[in-house]
Amino acid sequence: MSTPLSGPGSASRTPGREPAGSRPGRGRTRHDATVSPTGLAIKVVLLGLTAAIAVWAAFPLLEGGHWVGLGLLVVTTAGLFYLYLGRRHVPAKYLVPGTLFLIAFQVLPVLYTASTAFTNFGDGHRGSKDEAVVAIQTASVRQVPGSAEYALTIATTGDPATGPLVFLVTDPGTGTVQVGDADGLRRVDPGDVTVAPGGRVTAAQGYTVLNIGQASARSQEITELVVPTAGGALRSSGLSRAYEGTAVRAYDAGCDCIRDSESGRTWTADDEIGAFVAADGERLAQGWRVTVGLSNFTRVLTDPNISGPFFGTLVWNFAFAIGSTGGTFILGMFIALALHSPRMRGTNVYRVLLILPYAMPSFAMLLVWRDMFNTDFGLINSVFGLGVDWFGDEWTARIAVILVQLWLGYPYMFLVATGALQAIPRELTEATSVDGASPWQSFRAVTLPLLLVALSPLLIASFAFNFNNFNAIYLTTEGAPFPADNPSNGATDLLITYTYRLAFGGQGAEFGFAAAISLFIFTIVALVSAVSFRRTRKQEEVYA
Amino acid sequence: MRIRTAGVVAALGLALAAAGCGGSDGNDEPAAQESAGAAGGKLVIWADDKRTAALKPFADRFGQENGVTVEVQAVSKDLQTNFVTAAQQGSGPDVVVGAHDWIGNLVQNGAIEPVQLAAEQKSAFNETAIKAVTFNGQLYGVPYAQENLALIRNTELAPEAPATIEDLVATGKKLKAEKKVSEILCLQVGQNGDSYHIYPLYTSGGGYLFGTNATGDYDPSDVGVGKPGSIEAFKKIAALGEKGEGVLKRSISDTNSIATFTGKKCAYLASGPWATPDVKKANLSYDISPFPGFAGGQEAQPFVGVQAFYVAAKGKNKALAQEFVANYTTKPDLAVALYEAEPRPPALTAALDQVKAQDPDLAKFAEAGKNGQVLPAIPAMAAIWDPFGKAEAAIIGGADPEKTITAAGKTITGSIK
Repeated sequence: MSTPLSGPGSASRTPGREPAGSRPGRGRTRHDATVSPTGLAIKVVLLGLTAAIAVWAAFPLLEGGHWVGLGLLVVTTAGLFYLYLGRRHVPAKYLVPGTLFLIAFQVLPVLYTASTAFTNFGDGHRGSKDEAVVAIQTASVRQVPGSAEYALTIATTGDPATGPLVFLVTDPGTGTVQVGDADGLRRVDPGDVTVAPGGRVTAAQGYTVLNIGQASARSQEITELVVPTAGGALRSSGLSRAYEGTAVRAYDAGCDCIRDSESGRTWTADDEIGAFVAADGERLAQGWRVTVGLSNFTRVLTDPNISGPFFGTLVWNFAFAIGSTGGTFILGMFIALALHSPRMRGTNVYRVLLILPYAMPSFAMLLVWRDMFNTDFGLINSVFGLGVDWFGDEWTARIAVILVQLWLGYPYMFLVATGALQAIPRELTEATSVDGASPWQSFRAVTLPLLLVALSPLLIASFAFNFNNFNAIYLTTEGAPFPADNPSNGATDLLITYTYRLAFGGQGAEFGFAAAISLFIFTIVALVSAVSFRRTRKQEEVYA
Repeated sequence: MRIRTAGVVAALGLALAAAGCGGSDGNDEPAAQESAGAAGGKLVIWADDKRTAALKPFADRFGQENGVTVEVQAVSKDLQTNFVTAAQQGSGPDVVVGAHDWIGNLVQNGAIEPVQLAAEQKSAFNETAIKAVTFNGQLYGVPYAQENLALIRNTELAPEAPATIEDLVATGKKLKAEKKVSEILCLQVGQNGDSYHIYPLYTSGGGYLFGTNATGDYDPSDVGVGKPGSIEAFKKIAALGEKGEGVLKRSISDTNSIATFTGKKCAYLASGPWATPDVKKANLSYDISPFPGFAGGQEAQPFVGVQAFYVAAKGKNKALAQEFVANYTTKPDLAVALYEAEPRPPALTAALDQVKAQDPDLAKFAEAGKNGQVLPAIPAMAAIWDPFGKAEAAIIGGADPEKTITAAGKTITGSIK
């Protein structure tokens, strides 16, 4: 790794290539004149794309009035242009793109997850309190019992696009036509209106009748137009019918509660849990999002359903991650060693065959493997003449998922080990054999340590990935087998599949709770990775 | 030179930006003009892939008749979740098409609005279908199709429809002894159970999921799982399980159940209208009958599910959406077209009568669903599926029914708020 990273720019900046006689102070400017056309083109395209994306992103922000977001966008874009159009800040030119992506795709999601963990965000608690009130009120509008259904025509006294709207309604029983607006209903002289056979008004003197297209352009005004009547209010149901309905439940700001006018019950707002609660504890389904402090975290620690099986799941989770990573590494490395041997013939054919599992989509392969482990119809039992209930027993299920991981994962390890092996000079192993070491001794003392130096970071990454390998479990066993008395924690459950079930398996999704759990998992993985990296660095110091 | 390079970069960059800007304008403006030409109204409908294709001609016709633009957009995965999320952000559709058991969750998230149907419109529908889309006393959607489990049998192997599950087992065992089949009954269980498919046997054995309150709605505070009736039911199911008669097996799952039947390896299949295309393709003579219950037990009641149109609460064009859902989807020809896209019995009686003549299977499925129970739409139902299915799988695998189902009941009541 001693070759310096060189781009098109760095070669042209080599001092030796500077034209003789250039004044020292102007050196930078002079050699910049030699920027290659390709470099210039790339720069133009990239900056142009940046500007295009910024413009594209600006409009929705502007429309939604997200001024902070817009400000950030403008500052970032301006900063990028300043940086790349200028000559200075060369290190920043290399660092900024990565940093921006890091912030956008790593830091922000982590911060968002962390902030969600302190709320009750989830099904039934998604929006604001106002939205919940609106939802409760609209859901409680009922047709007044025994009231008539009217044929409806939308009309206006002015221009179809802007004039004030009225409802022209025909009573189906009597055939009388009335006109309604926010002030109430008035009779219309039967001579002034033309009524179609279905009961709808097609023309009326003094009013312009809106067709469905014109009316739907003013949809919101129509849904908001409520014509007060004696029994309740006339509302539109679509654009061709109207009914008399009343909102049975209404919000009362005085008591901060919802009152049901039929039953007289009240549900008082509880801002701690984000729901309207009656005196007997009954909750209205439509709640809102509130900050709940640490309660999601304390629930993880105190709920016996979680803390009970937590330790067992954690141990298996480590076993699974270590087993998957270690197994694939050992298998991949031995195959790589075998193919690295100079006596091996046809290595390219083998290499192609060996990386096949890596080339197939793991998503599909996991499902195929699940079916292959079927007790009565699966390939594995029928080929080997077995009757093993693979996913029905704790240990066979665990072995099965690790076997699947081994098959899916070894080609990757084989590839990276092949690469790392080729970087180890053959003289070293030859030297050991001259010194009389057995192949095993030379592998133990020379090859393996050097391999590990190169591969340790990859192994740690693979471990972290497998620690949270949701698909590997969810698409095969789904956590099975489950003990008969506990359907929420299975023998092959990882923390991530287990908590997924807890957060999304109950009464709708609980994003707040899920976020709290994922922060715990994040902590565990971060700790393991930090410790491993520290150890690797020590190892590197030894062998470097 | 310095100025020139910077200038070139900046000028070209701005040109590209302008091009990007112009590109997006080029996409947006004609569409806007078009709808302006069509007098301004635009209706957006979300449905799954299959239904999108069937809906499109009707949506276009509705648009042409009324001078509005109608867009049918296919959401092929997680339609419900996507709809709730989009509705919350205000970028959702005006109308959404989906199963009736979504209603509870959609209502608690304030994502859909009640639909007001006139009495004569309601009476045109099958009563069960209207009951399914009614939640908290309000009608939340317009149903167009309904579906339920039935027993499909290979008439070459089993000419008679079994009256009880015992009859079925006797015939199945005989066929198995004669090596004509390898399985007695294809009823999908899978590793983690399948609450939907076991439900007829569960009800026949005396179990229930939720009690009903005074108004006839499901009551989430009365959970039947773990109660004595459910224990009795699962004792009977256990007798059919792997350690008993070997009729119910975890190895029969959603992926192989229908294929095993069409491969003539079992004489009976517990499935719904969605299985008929495969069964027809397999070219075997078949018949459909109600799913049988235990001899001397209660009625075997399958779940009845309904597909419906909903009006989004945060749609941009609610008046038009109400018009479409309440007054247009209630017409029989749309129901017939949707039936042709996927053979599920229409919920409109007139439409069912129309297609019944050309497809006798539909009437048989409808018959099998006559005594069915509407799949609960209350949000608490989400807490049932997983624990109930796992208890089922464990019991079929040989676990103690009483202990298992009591634990499942505890888990369920624990997660219902």
